[in-house]
Amino acid sequence: MINGSILKTKIFNITLICAFFLALGAFPTKALSQENKPEGGEKKFNPQEIIMEHIADKHEWHMYGKSYLPLPIILYTDKGLETFSSAHLQPQGTVYAGKYYSYMLVNNKIKVADVNGKIDEANNKKVLDFSITQNVASMWMTGIILILVFFSMSSAYRKRPGKGPKGIQSWMEPLVLFIRDDVALPNIGVKYKAYMPLLLTIFFFILINNIFGMIPVFPGAFNLTGNIAVTLVLSVIVLLVVNLKANKYYWKHIFVPNPWWLFPIMIPVEIVSIFSKPIALMIRLFANITAGHIIVLSLISLIYIFGTQWAAVVSVPFTVFIDCIEVLVAFLQAYIFTMLTSLFIGMAIQEHHDHEVI
Amino acid sequence: MELVTPEVGLVFWTLISFLILLFLLGKFAWKPILAAINEREQSIETALSRAEAVKEEMARLTGENEALLKSARAERDAILSEATKVKNQIISDAKDAAQKEGSRQIELARIEINNQKAIAMADVKNQVASLSLEIAEKVLRKQFEDQKKQDELVKDLLRDVKLS
Repeated sequence: MINGSILKTKIFNITLICAFFLALGAFPTKALSQENKPEGGEKKFNPQEIIMEHIADKHEWHMYGKSYLPLPIILYTDKGLETFSSAHLQPQGTVYAGKYYSYMLVNNKIKVADVNGKIDEANNKKVLDFSITQNVASMWMTGIILILVFFSMSSAYRKRPGKGPKGIQSWMEPLVLFIRDDVALPNIGVKYKAYMPLLLTIFFFILINNIFGMIPVFPGAFNLTGNIAVTLVLSVIVLLVVNLKANKYYWKHIFVPNPWWLFPIMIPVEIVSIFSKPIALMIRLFANITAGHIIVLSLISLIYIFGTQWAAVVSVPFTVFIDCIEVLVAFLQAYIFTMLTSLFIGMAIQEHHDHEVI
Repeated sequence: MELVTPEVGLVFWTLISFLILLFLLGKFAWKPILAAINEREQSIETALSRAEAVKEEMARLTGENEALLKSARAERDAILSEATKVKNQIISDAKDAAQKEGSRQIELARIEINNQKAIAMADVKNQVASLSLEIAEKVLRKQFEDQKKQDELVKDLLRDVKLS
């Protein structure tokens, strides 16, 4: 009992989680610290600015209070690669002289500027921003978490072959089985096995980023799956997989519609549909997650708009309510994205396509 | 508008990160996990079907045992009744034999007795005959001591002869 009692201690017990969040509450929050001390007297509270700043990507990762985690900036310029820490660009408006150009942050975007802070639009186009932004860093963090969780899960299967799930296995196995039995198998059919890695990775990638985005404090509070670039990449991958794996029935359906006189209408429509399906995926995920973040932040902003802490009586319960819905949405959107992906794959690789005979 | 404009840096890093994640998880997590789950499901299925088969086998064996027991019991009963029959037979046979032997013995004894009796009777007869002869001799001798009587007798005897 004494041996391994440390190993048996449940780290994630509810008391510790509550204690963690309560301890974090001891630090002043970002919104409070910014808005209570506006530079130069009374600055009007602008909820749109705050919300858009949160929704967008940033070049530093807010930890607590006034502490920010600086992130590396990588710029691909016409003269060469340039790297430096984002700490040099803080506070916003500071001009940093790099190797080839000098830069400053405008609305969390890197702009080429001269020493006086005047933006140089001509040179701006020559600089591509490949920085490790907050979203990239958080994506790596969640990626590492996924790797740790699922590697330990797979090693658990290796260590206890043929046994029932235990520990992390019993948390994750139902989700894996759910994706296999209720998402992949009914939509794709017998060939589902080849697509399982893609579907599982998409599902858990979206899920963990949705969930971490909802955590209002340091390791979370990002908006990765609500960023159009991320959903774009995911849906492009889906587009490629669906169309590269498609069989002749799929292409026949697109290019040889039935009857022949529908050719001029149906071929463009079908070609549009090839792209409209992934675009719908991209926009659905992006809009849902972003909207959730906007609602939560708007409700919190109510306190500052009314300028009284009594507004919290209304806004906090509503925020909790919306947070609960957002947890549901986090699962739902991950599920819908995965489900539609497997549906599109299933449609593309279906063997006997039923042609509608008019 | 800025919200719906994908940034090239994030697109690039997302693509790279997602593909690496897909590769790593696919190779080292999803494949072994799904294989292990599949294997376990199959082993459960075979275990269940095997249990079913064993159950059937058990039922069959139980039935067989019952039949065996029944036949064994019947056999035992048959053997027992056979044994009883044999026992009774033996007893009655023995009785018969004993009776026969007894009567034979008795018969023999009787014959012997008769024999002995006959022998004894013969003996007695002989004894009696010799005694009678002796007595007769003695009597005759006594009677014929005087001459007169002898003559008388001879006369008698001769008279008889004339008559005849």
